[in-house]
Order: sequence, then structure tokens, then C-alpha cells
Amino acid sequence: MDGEEDTSNPMMEANGTGGVDEAPLSSTSTRKNRPIISGEPLDIEAYAGLYTGRTKIKRLIFIASRCDNPAMQLEALRMAYDEIKKGENTQLYREVVQKIEGRLGPNYEMDAAWCSTIERKDEQRKEKLESELNAYRTNLIKESIRMGYNDFGDFYYAHGALGDAFKSYIRTRDYCTTSKHIIQMCLNAILVSIEMVQFSNVTSYVSRAELTPEALDPPTVAKLCCASGLAHLEAKKYKLAARKFLEVGPELGNSYSEVIAPQDVATYGGLCALASFDRTELKNKVIDNINFRDFLELVPEVRELINDFYSSHYASCLEYLGNLKPNLMLDIHLYNHVETLYDQIRNKALIQYTLPFVSVDMRMMADAFKTSVSGLEKELEALITDNQIQARIDSHNKILYARHADQRNATFQRVLQTGNEFDQDVRAMLLRANLLKRDCNLKASRKV
Amino acid sequence: MRSLNEFNCNNWKSKFYFIFLLRSLSRYDQKTQLRGVNSMEGLVTQIQGLSGTDSDVLSLQNLLKQADDSLHAESTRLLPFLDQLDPAKHSLGYLYFLEAFTAGPVTNEHASSSVLMIARFISSCVAEQIRLAPDKFISVCKRFKDQVLLLEEPLRGVAPMLTAIRKLQSSSEHLTALHPEFLLLCLLSKCYKTGLSILEEDIFEVDQPRDLFLFCYYGGMISIGHKRFRKALELLHNVVTAPMPTINAIAVEAFKKYILVSLIHNGQFPTNLPKYASSVAQRNLKNLCQPYIELANSYSNGKIADLETYVEANKDKFESDNNLGLVKQAVSSMYKRNIQRLTQTYLTLSLQDIANRVQLNSPKEAEMHVLQMIKDGEIYATINQKDGMVRFLEDPEQYKTCEMIERIDSSIQRLMTVSKKLNVMDELMSCDPLYLAKAGRERQRFDFDDFDNVPQRYNI
Repeated sequence: MDGEEDTSNPMMEANGTGGVDEAPLSSTSTRKNRPIISGEPLDIEAYAGLYTGRTKIKRLIFIASRCDNPAMQLEALRMAYDEIKKGENTQLYREVVQKIEGRLGPNYEMDAAWCSTIERKDEQRKEKLESELNAYRTNLIKESIRMGYNDFGDFYYAHGALGDAFKSYIRTRDYCTTSKHIIQMCLNAILVSIEMVQFSNVTSYVSRAELTPEALDPPTVAKLCCASGLAHLEAKKYKLAARKFLEVGPELGNSYSEVIAPQDVATYGGLCALASFDRTELKNKVIDNINFRDFLELVPEVRELINDFYSSHYASCLEYLGNLKPNLMLDIHLYNHVETLYDQIRNKALIQYTLPFVSVDMRMMADAFKTSVSGLEKELEALITDNQIQARIDSHNKILYARHADQRNATFQRVLQTGNEFDQDVRAMLLRANLLKRDCNLKASRKV
Repeated sequence: MRSLNEFNCNNWKSKFYFIFLLRSLSRYDQKTQLRGVNSMEGLVTQIQGLSGTDSDVLSLQNLLKQADDSLHAESTRLLPFLDQLDPAKHSLGYLYFLEAFTAGPVTNEHASSSVLMIARFISSCVAEQIRLAPDKFISVCKRFKDQVLLLEEPLRGVAPMLTAIRKLQSSSEHLTALHPEFLLLCLLSKCYKTGLSILEEDIFEVDQPRDLFLFCYYGGMISIGHKRFRKALELLHNVVTAPMPTINAIAVEAFKKYILVSLIHNGQFPTNLPKYASSVAQRNLKNLCQPYIELANSYSNGKIADLETYVEANKDKFESDNNLGLVKQAVSSMYKRNIQRLTQTYLTLSLQDIANRVQLNSPKEAEMHVLQMIKDGEIYATINQKDGMVRFLEDPEQYKTCEMIERIDSSIQRLMTVSKKLNVMDELMSCDPLYLAKAGRERQRFDFDDFDNVPQRYNI
């Protein structure tokens, strides 16, 4: 539940030798021991330290807009402001300043001078890039043209013109000569698409990148898995998303911090797996998965709740879920799926509880799930009507009895019914045919 | 002829001639009268003589056809001749005379005696003979129905009409024009069981589409009266999906009842008519029955309170169509359906809970509903009044008894017969020259040979 134990970063430990990105985390590496996504109120600095680039700013803005606690809001906005000042995105800057509304003091007000300097520099840089690109185009040097377009793409991305960035990156496709170039193009396109929240493009570019396996090194493979996992999550295909996240290897490290952090991989993968996998798959792919275990160490609460679910300690599992919820609602990719995933997990828990029994005392079950008997009865009724549980409720004694449909009787009933329907349909058909024939004969005799 | 003036002279010759003329004139009159009566008498004798063998009867029919107009001319004076004929032996002749006799307007006093006469004729006539003149027979029976209704005693007409149908039908699959009249009498006299017996037969041959529409519509009403909703649904479905060149009022009324019966029996109403319904029906029926479509939509939403308010608001429309009773049955069927859904989820449930879930007002009402459903055999349950609990049981049918095996067996036999019929009809249709000509014109042509004409009739 809490990370008080002084475990050093397990990912580095487990893969001490191999070709792993040994670069240390950002300045918050001393705090790496405390899990960042946990039941406690979110430590914004530590959270923001997981990410770089545009996504860091977007996430901070999102937290500020979603959070109820004004102190946390201001903290997030302050960090966003600082981050933006390091970059060149004036549009986001204006947005953040507007949100701050002067609450953070004179240092965090609208710096118009900075804005105009940046914009002037923009113009100059853009002209320079354009002239360079034209020069390259007349010279018809493929590599230079490609790099020119890439530079353009980077430029637009830094200034927040995502659509133009995407177009520029795509145009490098015609000038790619090696598979490495193609991979680079795909990764750039994926990054911009994720920022634009257009996940259909993400899926297509991931599959495009996977077509050139010779240039794929393990970190890139991991990145592609993450990207497609995010796309599936967005499309509400939780099972596919879980599978993708579980395939992410430990080589990911922090190499994809412009998009996703390893903690996120663990959380998304764990929750989606819990909501959509059956027991065997859960055991094989999650609990026994050595690679994923390293990810789960980063979010020990998720690890605990998966284990609790598997060992049928539903009360504590649901308690962990409840604790995690406020922080998960602040996550930019997960927030609109939290309710659905939670409902699915709870339903699975209820179904799994009743599966081994012939009769279940509903009072004990209500205790196990920390709910009232009448509330439980309503939930069970919904599941039975939905045909997820085969049982009947004895409302008088508050007992749930398992009931298995009698196949033989059902078959007989269906047979008799089908026979009747067939009889009716054929007779009606013959009648209609006779009527039509009569009409045709009349018409024919009239013509003659 | 010379003018009378010329005979004013005291000429004994002219007087004589004059008297002779007068006498011959009166004798001419008498002779024609006599000839009229004689022709009737001659006809009667011929009928009596030629009713023996089939060939005789055919020649008799020709004679009668020629004499038809004169019969109609003498319609008021045919009664004594009818007494000379025996309806059992001389059915064809009797029919012609009877038809001419009843052609005129009938008053109340005459109605009762003519009703008796027609009824006696129907019961004693010979089927083969009357089938030679079906139109006459049908018009006689229709007038019979009118007179029975005039006397306001529809019950008197039920049995004779049934006999009439049996004699007129060429087979039990044949629908005559008398079928709907019979059902109308059954409906008006509230004698539904006799009506049901005719509905059990399968109909395949139809003379007039209008007869079929009326027959199925009245048949639907009789089945509804007897709470045989499956049969009613089948009959009304036939009306609504029958080939219809133009929309007709019978189909519209039938559609209204069809919606209501479908809600009662199935709990839902299919929004679209099946593809084989005529395009005219598909386009127009829904527009003409708008309040009923709204009712069906409200029903499918599942909220009883909304449904009841809608019914209250449109009570007049339903009443003017005489459908208010059926609408009320539809509303109560919703309670039934909700209770039935409960049997799928619960083993026992308190009456209070049932009342809450089904939106009834009190446990007592819930108890009444459940009791009624148990009596009708719609659910299997026991009510424990001490605890106020209802225990839902399984359907006790185990499908292991001899009766069940017989039922399944007879069902299989019937399906095989119907299937064979379908095959026969398919073969006949494939050889039908009209069909081949049409199909031949519209078939796909892939090869040179395909451009040859399909074999048509060659006029040699």
C-alpha cells in the first residue's frame, strides 16, 4: 500500500547488465522510491518529473482543471508555467496565464515581451527553414530534403501547430531511404497523433512501423507497444489494450517519457487486464509475467489489488480500487474509462464469487463486498437479467441458488415452437401464392 | 282492321265478326296466361323428369338458363310451383325457382316464412346439383342472411349457413363467399365456438380476395373473443400481408387490431411489416393507424404510468374504433410481462416487492394479478399468504409423457404434408407458361443460346 521500504529502482537492478537505458531519472530520482501513483494525494512534482516535453505541460493543465484542491491546482499551474517558459509555445502560454488569473503573484503574469520575442524568432526561423528547404528541393538531395521536412515538423510541434507538424512529418515519407528513416517518421507521426488525440492514425503508423522489423531495436518495439496500447484503450477495447501493455518489455525505461511513463504502463495494463481477462489469462499473462512484474513494482497498490482479486479477497481489492480512484481521475488518458473499468471489475468479482457455489448466503456476500443486502440484491438482479450469473434469488431467505438451465426442456420447447412457426409461415405463403396466381390469371385472361 | 264505324251498320255479318273478334281477343289473353302458367308447369314437369341422371341434369341446366328471365318475371307467383318440387331430388330446379322468388323485396311477415323455406332447402338439397349454379346459391344464402338479420335472430342462421358452406365447398381448403357471412352471423349471435371450428381448417383456394379479407378479419375477432391470441395474430397477419393493389378499409381495421393483439401476445410490435407484404400496405398502413403506433412505442418503453396516461388521453379514438376493450387488455398484459420477467430472476419474492417492481399500487393488487396469471397458466407459482411471499416454480412439463410424443409426432406429420404441398406447388409453377414467359424475358444472358426464345405457345 505504501512505499516506505527502501527499494532501489528495481528496473535498473533487474537488468543491471543488458543494454538498458542507464540514464538516471530526472532530479526527482531521490524520490523514486515512493510510488507516485498511489492512494495518497498526488505528488505533483514527482508526477510531472516522469514526463518531458509537451505531454508534461498538457498533463499539468489537465490536473489543474480536474483537481478540487486549490493548492494542488496552483502548484500544477505554476509548474506548467515554468515548463512552458523553457519552450516556445506561446499559445499554451497564454492558456496557462489565463488559468492562473494572477493568483500566483507577479512572477507568473503575462509576459508580453517574452511572447513577442518568441513570435519574432518564430518568423525568422520559419523563413530560414523555408529557404533551406527550397534550396534542398532544387538540389534534389533526398536526405537533405527529408531532414528539412523533419526540422519543419519539429518546429511546428514546438510551437503547438500540430496539424502542420503532422503534415510535415508525413511528407518525409517520400524521401526515406533506409528503414531507420521510416521508423523515425512513424514515431514522429505517432507522437503528434497522440497529442492530437487521433488514435486511428496511431494504429496505422504502428502497423506501418512493424512492417520493417530489421530496424526495430527493443526500446522502439516497446514504444510501439505502448502507442498501440493507448490507441486500443481510447477505443475502449480493453482486452487488446491489456495485451499490448503486457507485451511492453522492460527496455522501455524512460525512453518514451514524451508520451507515457512506466508507471502508466503498469496501471493501464493492470486495470484493463483485471477488467477483461478471465482467470487463466490473468494468471498466465499478468501474475506470472516476469517482465510485467517489474512494472508492477512501480505501482505496488495495483500489484496488491490484482493479487487480492486472484485470491478472492474482494473487500481489500475493492478498497484499493476506491483509494486509487481520485488519482486515476486526474490521468489524461484514463479518466473517462475509470468508471467503466471499475464497474467491469466489480461485476467480475461478483460473478467469480458466486461461481463455485450451489447456494450463497447473501448476507455473507454483502459483508465480503462491503455493501448492504438490498444493494447487493439489486446488483445481482442486474447481472442475472443480463445472463452473466446463472442463479435465482430467494428473496425471503436472502439466499442465492445456482440454477442451470435445463437444456433438454429448452430444446423441446424450441422445437415445438419452430414447428408451429414453420407451419404458419408455409400455409400463409401458399395462400398468398394462390392469390397472386389468381390475379395473374385474371390479368392474362383480360389481355387475351 | 276496318274501323268500328263500318260495323255500326246493322249488318249481321259485321256484328258477328265483331263479336268473334272480341271473343278471340279474350281467348288470346287467356291463352297467353295459360301459356305462362303452362310454361311454368312445363318447366316443373321437365325438372321433375330430368333430375335423374347427371347428363339429364346438365340439359336441364341449359333449359333453366334460358327460362331464367321468365322466371324472374313471374317471381311473385312461383310459390305454388315450389310446393310441387322436392328440394332433395330437384335441387337445381328448386334453386332457380327459389332464387327468382326471393329476388323481390321482402316484408317482415314474408321474411319469417321464407327463412324457414330457405333453411329447409339448404338442409335437404343435393350438393352436386347446386354446385352447377354456385352464384344463384350464394345469392340465395346472402338473402337468407339479410332476412335473418331483419328478423334480428342471427342465431337461426348459424347452423343453416354452416351446412350451406359445407355443400358449396369443393374441398375443405376452399374459401367461398359464404364463409364471411357465416362468421358475421356467429359474431352477431355470440356463438363463437361454431365459428372456431371453421377457423381450424386451412384455406388455400380463394374465389374473391374480398372474401378472404373479411373472413380473416371476422375470424380474428372471433379468436380474440375466445382469447386465442395466437390464432388471431395469424389471421390478422394474413389480412395485413395479403397482396393488395390498393389500400382497403378492412386491412386498415385489421392492422389496428393486429398491433394490439401483437402487443398482448408477444409483448412487442415489429416496426416494419415483412418484406412480402404489398408495397401499398407498407407505405400507407402506418400512417392511417397513427394512435396505435404511438401506443406500441409507449408500450415498448416499459413505463406503465406513461402507457396509461396515453390511453386515457386517446380514449375516444380507441372507442370509436370499438377497440377500447382490446387496448385495456394490452395495458394489463404489460403487468403480466413484467411479472413474468421476475420469474426469471427470483425464486421467492414478497408481494410488496412485486408491487414495487411492477409499479402496482398495493400488495393486494399484486396478489390478484399473480392469482389470475396462475389460473390462466401463464406462470407457475404458489402464494404463501401467511408470509406474503410468492414462490416461483419451474414449468412442470418434462416432455416425457405419451401425450407429448403424440403431439410431436402429429406435428411432424402435418409439417411433412404442408411441405409436400409446397413442393407440388413449386413444380406446377415452374411449368406454368405465363411464369416461364415472364422469367424467360427477364433472365440473364451469358451465352448465344440464351438469346433464343423461351418456349411459348405456338399457334399452329
